[in-house]
Amino acid sequence: MDTFFGQLCQQLINGISLGSIYALIALGYTMIYGIIKLINFAHGDIYMLGAYLGFFATTALGLSFFPAIIFAMVGAALAGIIIERVAYRPMRNAPRIAILITAIGVSFFLEYTMILFVSPQPRTFPSIFAATVYNMGPLVMNSQQLVILISAIILMTVLTYIVNKTKAGKAMRAVSFDADAARLMGIDIDRVISTTFALGSALAAAGGVLVGVYYNSIDPLMGMMPGLKAFVAAVLGGIGIIPGAMIGGIILGVVEALVSGFISSTFRDAAAFAILILILLYKPTGLLGKNVREKV
Amino acid sequence: MLQVKDINVYYGAIHAIKGISLEVSDGEIVALIGSNGAGKSTTLRTISGLMKPKSGSIIYDDKDITGKPAHKIVSMGLCQVPEGRRVFANMTVLENLEMGAYTRKDKDGIARDMKKVFESFPRLLERKEQLAGTLSGGEQQMLAMGRALMSKPKLLLMDEPSMGLAPLLVKEIFNIIKEINASGTTILLVEQNANMALSIADKAYVLETGRITLSGTAKELASSEAVRKAYLGG
Repeated sequence: MDTFFGQLCQQLINGISLGSIYALIALGYTMIYGIIKLINFAHGDIYMLGAYLGFFATTALGLSFFPAIIFAMVGAALAGIIIERVAYRPMRNAPRIAILITAIGVSFFLEYTMILFVSPQPRTFPSIFAATVYNMGPLVMNSQQLVILISAIILMTVLTYIVNKTKAGKAMRAVSFDADAARLMGIDIDRVISTTFALGSALAAAGGVLVGVYYNSIDPLMGMMPGLKAFVAAVLGGIGIIPGAMIGGIILGVVEALVSGFISSTFRDAAAFAILILILLYKPTGLLGKNVREKV
Repeated sequence: MLQVKDINVYYGAIHAIKGISLEVSDGEIVALIGSNGAGKSTTLRTISGLMKPKSGSIIYDDKDITGKPAHKIVSMGLCQVPEGRRVFANMTVLENLEMGAYTRKDKDGIARDMKKVFESFPRLLERKEQLAGTLSGGEQQMLAMGRALMSKPKLLLMDEPSMGLAPLLVKEIFNIIKEINASGTTILLVEQNANMALSIADKAYVLETGRITLSGTAKELASSEAVRKAYLGG
């Protein structure tokens, strides 16, 4: 029984660190959906871009972890702003499906442009941290997991503060609730949308760097699966709802870790998508979603 | 203060506004009355910059604002209280009012106006930490008005402030509109409740299927046979 309990706690630790990365990516999905009702399928590729920016910051520029993650976040934020301006803004009044297809196009564009420039070969992410292993009784936590967890908590705290307390954050909530009413208050919605893309992309990039640190390997197609998983996490928590993305990400990570630990790691992805199917069947608005009131 | 000159507005292929001209002078209350679908809201949305006219011009404060984006028009002192209130239901009353002051940078002025809004609408003060979505219809209307006042408007556009409110509340809201006007804000009011609108307006226009069919002082219109028959219930 003791070993079972030990195993459970161990998988919880693994799951929470994996889940906090899903949460970081899911936040961008949910914020962008909240503001322009777009499932930004290129979001996973922004995460990949962030991982590469972090990689070059540490290898070519020789930066340490903290400046490297900031560098990646700023770079990805700029990329997010440019993508929105170039690809999505001209489609603002187009049918929803057209902009969704554009997002898939942007996703392919990012993936294959990266392959062109950095080759499809996986790269080894330099180990920025001495891989210290902390033993807490039977439980094992390594320094990477600790860094992931602490970084994710800091970033989510900062985001929550921005969204709830700053003028820009309040404007984001106003635009996401009612864009026309927000315009009538003098809010420049184009600017708010740019800010949202910048914030969401920066968080995804942070996730990318953290994954690089954790798995030590990055490649241009690395964003596909985590992108989909983060989408599942966002839907699980209730798409458009910021705390929902955090909770959804953590739950998804924990479920995956438990499935790999107790059943088989080959069922990991199946478990994630089973969650998507179940939530769509039984609570399509997500865990924190309320029944949507149709605006008249 | 505001001159709308021969504007034409389309919703896709539908010609919604067919050459409307109107004028609002400093300090007035001007009412735009007409039945559902006459184009009243579209006219306001066009003045506010939410829609662009195909032709014609809108002059506000001696500046041509035709086709200017909505958020720039607000910072010029022209603000709209939209139809159906459209408060940010997911935000607190206080945050809604802060959004009203979005274009302003004068912290002291904002604090002063916030106090004024709470004086005119004491019920908002009681509920200032509450989510706007939990307010009653009348309170939401007050919040929508307070929010617009936070932008320190010189010209306030109001779209159907009486919509969906109990008669007693309608009276209260109209009294507040009169007070707002008395304190120096010019008002352009769109209403289906022609009786109430004409009772407080200086001047009025009657809109029918995208055209202005009648105009004059509120008194003239209130006593006009055609208006009485069509809008005042005989």
